[in-house]
Amino acid sequence: MTALEFDRVSRQFTAPDGREYRALDDISFTVPAGAFVAVVGPSGCGKSTLLNLAAGLLLPSAGVVRGQDGTLTGLNRHATYMFQQDALLPWKTARDNVALGLILAGASRADARAHADRWLARVGLAAFGSHYPSQLSGGMRKRAAMAQHWIIDRSLLLMDEPFSALDVHTRLSMEGELLALWESADASGAAKKTVVFVTHDLEEAIALADEVVVLSAGPAARVVARHPVPLGRPRDLMELRTAPAFVDLHRALWVVLREEVKRSQRAAEPTRG
Amino acid sequence: MAEGDRAAPVAARGVRRSTIAIWQVAVGVSALALWETLVSARLLDPFFVSQPTEIARRVAAWSGDGTIWLHLATTLEESLLGLLIGSALGIALGFWFGRSPALAMVFDPYIKMLNAVPRIVLAPLFLLWFGLGIWSKVALAVTLVFFIMFFSTYQGVRDADRVLIDNVRMLGASQRQLVRHVLVPSALTWIFSSLQASLGFAMVGAVVGEYLGSTRGLGYVISQAEGTFDTTGVFAGMTVLAIVVVLISAAVSRLERWLLAWKQ
Repeated sequence: MTALEFDRVSRQFTAPDGREYRALDDISFTVPAGAFVAVVGPSGCGKSTLLNLAAGLLLPSAGVVRGQDGTLTGLNRHATYMFQQDALLPWKTARDNVALGLILAGASRADARAHADRWLARVGLAAFGSHYPSQLSGGMRKRAAMAQHWIIDRSLLLMDEPFSALDVHTRLSMEGELLALWESADASGAAKKTVVFVTHDLEEAIALADEVVVLSAGPAARVVARHPVPLGRPRDLMELRTAPAFVDLHRALWVVLREEVKRSQRAAEPTRG
Repeated sequence: MAEGDRAAPVAARGVRRSTIAIWQVAVGVSALALWETLVSARLLDPFFVSQPTEIARRVAAWSGDGTIWLHLATTLEESLLGLLIGSALGIALGFWFGRSPALAMVFDPYIKMLNAVPRIVLAPLFLLWFGLGIWSKVALAVTLVFFIMFFSTYQGVRDADRVLIDNVRMLGASQRQLVRHVLVPSALTWIFSSLQASLGFAMVGAVVGEYLGSTRGLGYVISQAEGTFDTTGVFAGMTVLAIVVVLISAAVSRLERWLLAWKQ
């Protein structure tokens, strides 16, 4: 079954000076249900635009984005979206932030809070339910955000460089927790969630995903490579990065990505003469 | 800083709050002492500047015989009505404009024009329209409070973080829930930060209105004293006004700290 499909999708924006700017050009790929797909590309290549299209926050200029129920014409009701920036409401405590999705769906405050407390415990924040986001560290805010999105139990999880602002060690532990959450769906007999994870870090993409999609440098980014990740699960992120299969795939994909990074750097340089 | 290891209350740059309070009192006391001494030594003429002890005696006399309470109550009533009506109108219109940018663009020049009108020139008009009673003063206070609240709310709604809005929409919020969980709290922070200023302006509106034509209120007291060259009376009226404003501000700060607890 397909959870998400991009069918010849392009997206244009009108720049403030009135010129048309094409962010994505003729993107086609499918994400099977239950798969973990990572999308990598140089910065500014339209990765966030891709996720906004999958979320239904944006509509394509050409082509079709299909969700579980067919063509998306508005918000994707099967998806939840973890943004790169902090998106916890600063005026709600960690507990109320995690409970928010349930409250919005009509759950009683007491039920929602009790459920939120269980999720806070799962992400290691049991003692911090009454803290406001400004009183939590960056890593803690990301944990709370993960709980906020997992609690509403949507089948598709969109993640936009969620850990890019964290230090290396916090990041590694967050990646581990994400995989543990995702893999635990198997054990509980529930259907596995589909994850589309956008990052500019090739290592992170390979370490986490079943399949890596490489986008070209923008503007008019295209899919330049798609590669399955031949690594078993569950994965030990601490050891993985030295495994031969990991190193080989990294080398193969880096050759492709390197050219795109160079192109995007050339494009970003001021034109001379 | 999840550990919450807060030391003794510390203000900016590590100066203790208690030290600041001591200095605040010291500044006030020495200014009053200097004033008192200069007048006692006849370096300043009490006819023009009165004298702190005289002013204190007058304030005590007023509160002793009860004449000041009616005036104070009148001024407070006008200010609070002005604050309430002005805030309600400002917040409602600010929200409405914030949610419909086209409307805001159409009305933008008119709002700016109206805001540029010096309120004091409106006072005689309001006297004409609403009479000598409290409503002409309330109207003046409203014209001052309205714009502060309008601009804060408008800003608050428009500046609501795009990511917060998208995130809450993805979590399943309807338009109404979006307003309740994101837009209102976001605007509230702006509204509260302008509440102090609004309160001050409401008092200014009320007192200026009374000053220009009324039979009650602190503005009336001050204008009567001025009419008889009673400088002590003028200063005593200002003192009462100042004390009341300081007390109310402290209460508002407390309310603000409580409602915006998440900001610390």
